[in-house]
Amino acid sequence: MILFLAALFVLLTGALVTALAGRRSWANTAGPLFSVAGSVLTLVGSLMTLVDGRWEWMPSQAENAVLSIHLAMDPLSAFFCAVTALITGVASVYGSGYLNGHSHGKNLGVSWAFFLVLSASMLLVETAWNGIFFLVTWEIMSLSSFFLVVFDGEKPDVLKAGWIYLVATHFATAFLMVMFMILGSSGSFSLSSAAIPPAMKSVVFILALIGFGTKAGLAPFHVWLPEAHPAAPSHVSAVMSGVMVKAGIYGILRIVSLSGGPFLWWGWLLLIAGAVTGVGGVLFALAQKDLKRLLAYSTVENIGIIALGLGLGLIGMATGHPVMTVLGLSGCLMHVLNHAVFKSLMFFGAGSVLHATGSKNMEIAGGLMKRMGRTGAFFMTGAAAICALPPFNGFVGEFLIYLGSFRAFSVQYKAQSVLAGILAISALALIGGLAAACFTRATGVVFLGEPRSAEASDAVESNLAMTAPMAVLACLCLVLGLAGPFTLNLIQPAVQVLAGRSPFMDAIVRSAGFNLLQISLAGLGFLILVLVLRSVKNTLLAKRGAEQGITWDCGYTAPDVRMQYTASSFSDPVVTMFNAVLRSEKHLHRPEGLFPQSASVETRTSDVVLARLFTPLFILAAWAGDRLHGMKKGYNQIYILYMVLALFALLLWTFFQGYAQ
Amino acid sequence: MNHPPYIHVAVSLLAAPFLFGVINKVKAAFAGRKGPPLLQLYYDIVKLMRKSAVYSRTTTEIFRLSPLVSVAVGVLAVMTVPLGQKESLISFHGDIFFLAYLFGMARFTTVLAAMDTGSAFEGMGASREVQFSMLAEPALLVGLAALSLLTGESSVAGILSSLRSGVDSASGHVVLPICVASLFIVLLAENARIPVDDPNTHLELTMIHEVMVLDHGGMDLGFIHYGAALKLWVFSSIIAGLLVPVKTSGPFAGVLLVSAALLLVTVSVGVVESTMARLRMLRVPQLLTGATILSLVALIIAMR
Amino acid sequence: MKEWLDLAVALIIVTNFMLVNTSRLMACIRIVAIQAVILSVIAVLTHLHSLDVRLLALVLITVILKAVVLPQVLRRVTVGTGIERELEPFVGYSLSLMVGGGLLALSFLMSHFLALPVPGGSPYFLPASLFTIFTGLFIIIARKKAVTQVMGYMSMENGIYAFGVSLAIHEPFIVELSVLLDVFVAVLIMGVAIFHISQQFDHIDTDQLSV
Repeated sequence: MILFLAALFVLLTGALVTALAGRRSWANTAGPLFSVAGSVLTLVGSLMTLVDGRWEWMPSQAENAVLSIHLAMDPLSAFFCAVTALITGVASVYGSGYLNGHSHGKNLGVSWAFFLVLSASMLLVETAWNGIFFLVTWEIMSLSSFFLVVFDGEKPDVLKAGWIYLVATHFATAFLMVMFMILGSSGSFSLSSAAIPPAMKSVVFILALIGFGTKAGLAPFHVWLPEAHPAAPSHVSAVMSGVMVKAGIYGILRIVSLSGGPFLWWGWLLLIAGAVTGVGGVLFALAQKDLKRLLAYSTVENIGIIALGLGLGLIGMATGHPVMTVLGLSGCLMHVLNHAVFKSLMFFGAGSVLHATGSKNMEIAGGLMKRMGRTGAFFMTGAAAICALPPFNGFVGEFLIYLGSFRAFSVQYKAQSVLAGILAISALALIGGLAAACFTRATGVVFLGEPRSAEASDAVESNLAMTAPMAVLACLCLVLGLAGPFTLNLIQPAVQVLAGRSPFMDAIVRSAGFNLLQISLAGLGFLILVLVLRSVKNTLLAKRGAEQGITWDCGYTAPDVRMQYTASSFSDPVVTMFNAVLRSEKHLHRPEGLFPQSASVETRTSDVVLARLFTPLFILAAWAGDRLHGMKKGYNQIYILYMVLALFALLLWTFFQGYAQ
Repeated sequence: MNHPPYIHVAVSLLAAPFLFGVINKVKAAFAGRKGPPLLQLYYDIVKLMRKSAVYSRTTTEIFRLSPLVSVAVGVLAVMTVPLGQKESLISFHGDIFFLAYLFGMARFTTVLAAMDTGSAFEGMGASREVQFSMLAEPALLVGLAALSLLTGESSVAGILSSLRSGVDSASGHVVLPICVASLFIVLLAENARIPVDDPNTHLELTMIHEVMVLDHGGMDLGFIHYGAALKLWVFSSIIAGLLVPVKTSGPFAGVLLVSAALLLVTVSVGVVESTMARLRMLRVPQLLTGATILSLVALIIAMR
Repeated sequence: MKEWLDLAVALIIVTNFMLVNTSRLMACIRIVAIQAVILSVIAVLTHLHSLDVRLLALVLITVILKAVVLPQVLRRVTVGTGIERELEPFVGYSLSLMVGGGLLALSFLMSHFLALPVPGGSPYFLPASLFTIFTGLFIIIARKKAVTQVMGYMSMENGIYAFGVSLAIHEPFIVELSVLLDVFVAVLIMGVAIFHISQQFDHIDTDQLSV
């Protein structure tokens, strides 16, 4: 507990110091220093609590007060705090390198202050134990991230993205406020047990799902994610995608843990939402040209996978299937960790590309691997991890979810759990295939082949502050992939917060751990085999000599780099297949005549939920507002008149009440 | 029949290229030719391994790694899928997914190597490849899930050995043929056979797998051929295991039976290749979606 | 004693009618200041039995602020902007007079229905204070010039003060002082703002400043 409080102190002091530093150059080193220090302290403290037990801290001793600072960390909180600390620490180091050349006279001190406040508020959200305090820290988290998103606020589309984010997050907060009011109606706002009135259990769950789900990025409330995450500077995108959306997941998990046994339909709802979110997210990712927007949609996809695991676990809890429960929840938590690691890695890579070429557009990049070899190698590792390919870490989480669905078949089955298993497997298989398409496209078009523009051919490798965090995360991808059994046992205390504990569950964990061990051994064998083959080949080639030439061009006399496949062409077959969902617009200017001078094609995909659901809703609201505008006319006096009239009406009403008595 | 898995692995690693010889002989028989020798692929691989290499200046390390990854994946897959014996070297609950995603890793590196060359042909092949495999993967996983539901086992070795002790339930008699059909279509898709892809075409515009490895030569091409042979062996082993749900006695009867089944599968591939033409590009997704639906049907029937 | 109180209350009602009917800004300022003085006198008279230094000090501060300082600020602004009259209000002056009469009737009605206990003092004090509040609100609604609106605001504050005193609230002065502080700050700020508006736009007509 001391470590955690010390970490909070470090982060908040750091925020003050960097805010005062303002435009001075040392602000860019002070920020990361405080962040890393805070992260290390939190990481150690959380890991200790994950193993040890729980602690509580209530400085004002007023448990039942409306607002009191009341922190508690149980293994579930500890897990999420550890993930938060890891990513914010690494992201701050990356950020210092990224902002070094990117700032153009901006106030870096204030930006770092907001970053540190964001880190601290996320930690506080994950340990808050008083409802109103939770809302306060939630709001601080949203606001500080808003200010970070609009760091490049002089660009109009960044500002627009910031506004969309602000509206969405307050939409979420509105639902959460209602939920906490219901929770507090029993008298105390403390999150301790029996805070949920049994009659309102489902209402609370729905409110939590919408409120926290918006922050997490569950469809159809995900529309802010693809706007806000690309607009932010890359280290902030990494933190938002890797950690802040997980705060939403934490919220849902916490409400479930307090609910005293989920209903069956909760699990089904999450399962279906997760499947839709996952498939939709990766489909839209496949249609993007902007690298960071692609990664943002991929975050939506992975949240879908996390929701799938959670749904599976809840169905298991409701139907009394310990196998599904343990494996689904473990898979969910495992994927929370894994996604944080590899998504941050990918955003760092995208940031490096943006930093080197000046653009996020994939279509003008290409051949960056030769000029930015380290960044490219780490990005490729992250891509392999996202596609859940062994031996990297992405596979471990998805394997647990697959296993959970599968084992539901072999143990004596009930139709419900089997159906859930089928849905989970089909959704995951489809998502896996689409993700493979999406990330080979991203890696291949950006890093491989030949540069498609001058900016790409002039790209330079990033500085150490940007490549070192990527290296750390890439190694972590491999290590987590091989250390599956270890991580599984580590997260069990968190799973037990949700599902309780029983010897039967321990046996399931042991058997799953054994399977993961086999996977790790096989993965290790795979790596060794590849290395052995490589050394054999290289020795043989060294003796025989290897020459260099050009790529086979089928005899064309003047091959051009623009003849390479572009990102849009790569994804064209899949996009066309799913166009009913994607509603992609294609503007095709065909070549005409015998000797055509020019032809062009342009594709554009906007978010279908935003375009078909929310924008019409908001236009309707604006229309209604316009009609009411006649009442206003802009004079102060009229407003006061309305107030006075309302007051009079109320007074008259009380009079008549009294009169009638 | 209970020969240790090591022998099986060794035999498989040696015998895999043989299957391509069988397929080519069948195709030649249909065309009225004599065809290349049965051991042709061996000769090809040995010849290629003796060569040096020419690499395009556009390519990077991933291009040089991809063939090795294919071989490594093939070796691991052979270790996971048994042929006629109860155990395999790698066997655990859920190794079905491990197998599918291993092949996904091989595909990942192959696609990246294709894009590494900066050639329009290979980009085209890569694009088609990811589209088709996206559709084939659910068919594979759901089909195996149906088998798992039927047998109550969740590892490949478990499923195959449980099937070999006989299938009792009536639903099993329906599920098995459906799974065989859908997994056969997946085999054709994953191994680049007609009607999904034409392994003998010379036109780059019609290639999928072939064009992705267009720039590989020498030792790399040798590795790629060998990896492809291993992949075909693994897929054929799975289907062969489904075709012999018959209890046998004695060690050699089992081996013979399974080998016969393997040959049957390979010959069927050859027959299909000789009698059908390649489907139009637009129709291949329909075929693969059909395979997925077949697998789903098998799964639903197995639920009863 | 009672007669003096009744006289003072009648004077308040009269000043309200004057406020509603005049178009000259200087006169408005003077009227609001006089209102403040009368109300302070009433406050002293009603608390005659419990007079002490503190009470007297508070009354003195109130008088100085409301009758001297604030009117001076407003006078300066009026002179500085050169606006002397409000010639085009939203509600014309004859109509305002009639509305004033209606408001008086309404305040009498309300105090009858509210049936609040009025310890000592005049029974007309409650309606008078309500009438002052309503007049203040009406001025804010019905006038265009910014200075007049400030005046309406101050009149409203006078009415609230009177309301508190009439109910003999236990510690009316605390309430009054806090409200007074608000008004003081508000008037100061508004004075500055009006000055700047007039400098910028050459007028302080809120009609032209609206959307």
